[in-house]
Amino acid sequence: MSQPIRVLLAKVGLDGHDRGIKIVARALRDAGMDVIYTGLHRSPEEVVIAAVQEDVDVLGVSLLSGVQMTVFPKIFELLQTNGADDMIVVAGGVMPDEDVAELKKMGVNEVLLQDTPPQTIIDTLTRLVEERGAR
Amino acid sequence: MGTYVPSVELIARVQAGEPAAIGRLMSRAESGMAEAREALVRIHKLAGRAQVVGITGVPGSGKSTLVGKLARNLRTSGSKVGIIAVDPSSPYSGGSILGDRIRMSDLGTDPGIYIRSMATRGATGGMARAALEAVDILDAAGFGVVILETVGVGQDEVEIVRASHTTVVVSAPGLGDDIQAIKAGLLEIADIHVVSKCDRSDANRTLTDLKQMLMLGMREHKPADWTVPVIGTSAVSGEGLDELSDAIVRHHDVTSASDAGRAQRKSMAEFRLRKTAENLLFDRFVETTAAASGKLAERLMRRESDPYTLAEELLAATLAKEDDNERDVHSKIA
Ligand code: B12
Ligand SMILES: Nc1nc2c(ncn2[C@@H]2O[C@H](COP(=O)(O)OP(=O)(O)OP(=O)(O)O)[C@@H](O)[C@H]2O)c(=O)[nH]1
Ligand SMILES: [Mg+2]
Repeated sequence: MSQPIRVLLAKVGLDGHDRGIKIVARALRDAGMDVIYTGLHRSPEEVVIAAVQEDVDVLGVSLLSGVQMTVFPKIFELLQTNGADDMIVVAGGVMPDEDVAELKKMGVNEVLLQDTPPQTIIDTLTRLVEERGAR
Repeated sequence: MGTYVPSVELIARVQAGEPAAIGRLMSRAESGMAEAREALVRIHKLAGRAQVVGITGVPGSGKSTLVGKLARNLRTSGSKVGIIAVDPSSPYSGGSILGDRIRMSDLGTDPGIYIRSMATRGATGGMARAALEAVDILDAAGFGVVILETVGVGQDEVEIVRASHTTVVVSAPGLGDDIQAIKAGLLEIADIHVVSKCDRSDANRTLTDLKQMLMLGMREHKPADWTVPVIGTSAVSGEGLDELSDAIVRHHDVTSASDAGRAQRKSMAEFRLRKTAENLLFDRFVETTAAASGKLAERLMRRESDPYTLAEELLAATLAKEDDNERDVHSKIA
């Protein structure tokens, strides 16, 4: 029996835009995934600890507040120190193109911004987990 | 974690309390993969010290919120607290939104607390299939208390009793006229009753009703050395949390020496045994019947035979496979 993909969806910092992430959560559930949502206003530490304890395949961070270039370096550092560097990390929300390029260099596997159709998000996560293989 | 780490190599790291190793072994237990079996066998040998506290109650009664508060309270006595929070899978997609953790978010980053969310994936009884393996893993990792939050669906939850040393039933005011615990058939199973949300004005009535119900002597099968307390709690004011922690610790002390406690541990072991056997049988059934069931269904559709005869035929493969296994075992012994 194949395992449902496990995803942790997180909102970090003061960003209160949660419409998008809730839509994503439902879409992923309806695609058969197990989704854990952290709720608003979490710190990078809380998010990474939760992702490690839940041993999710994918850590998804939604940011519409413009702080991506400080949040993601912190997240990668914490994943490293917690022995979870094999975790797939994706970003969503609103961010400028030049940041997207930087984030990908940093190790973010995919960035899926506003107006991405839910099916594209589902397909992208499924593909990333397939590419990673067994763990 | 990089390349694939064999499950048995995770054991020492689980014992050292390494979160990534604990999490990974739980995932493998959940997947039911054969590779993890040996590691889980060894984990089971290392486990057996933790007090398992089951928390149940109808949906929305405040279980997760209470678990969050309770965990922090139990932490002050020094023991590490593990939490396994079960939520239902969607019957349509098989997916889930595991929402318990969000209610425990003020636990922050305390390394002495470990929360794992699990989906039921079609398992009945309010628990996930790998919940007991997850309990063992936390136990082996040195968590002195493991709290098991079930999905609140009602009657089925009695399984929690056979998975926990101490069962806490949560009722809340304002969810209906009757005490929901009675409706859901949960009255009898509690070692401790909690009425949550006692910051609400209608909580007193629920408390009184519940106490009266219990006094009517509906619980004579419970041991004489333990009187089931009814505790009002509030996650808002913190009321009753100390009392609840005390009751949980006391229940452990009383039952770890008593005959009733021994009977409970036997009942838990038997449940575990039967559940494991059931799972093995079910897996074998799925595996051995997948190919044949389509063809047999055709014959049923054409009414060439009856459902009973065809079902026997379908099962034959499962039973034959078991004979094969037995032969395997014997030839290995020989
Ligand atoms: C609705 C909205 C609000 C609502 C939010 C309601 C809510 N509960 O969500 C309200 C009115 C409260 C609000 C407030 C503010 N907002 Co506003 N808001 C918007 C607006 C118009 C739409 C956002 C939205 O809901 N989109 C619809 C959803 C479905 O899209 P989405 O969130 O992008 O999600 C999609 C994808 O991004 C992706 N996705 C999202 N998350 C994730 C996660 C993962 C893992 C994946 C894979 C994909 C993914 O999937 C979704 C589907 O495609 C945007 C403008 C815009 N064009 O985005 C501004 C915008 C985000 N807001 C902005 C601002 C500045 C604010 C305020 C600071 C305004 C103020 N001065 O008070 C406050 C801050 C509030 C706070 N505490 O954070 C700015 C942010 C600028 C920036 N980033 O630098 C924007 C971009 C407007 C602008 N052009 O200036 N806002
Ligand atoms: N006033 C008040 N509200 C509470 C209290 N505890 C929980 N709640 C609220 O009750 C609702 C349900 O709480 P949960 O903790 O999610 O309940 P649950 O029993 O875990 O729910 P399920 O897991 O969905 O069955 C939430 O809106 C909580 O904020 C309390 O002590 N006082
Ligand atoms: Mg809950």
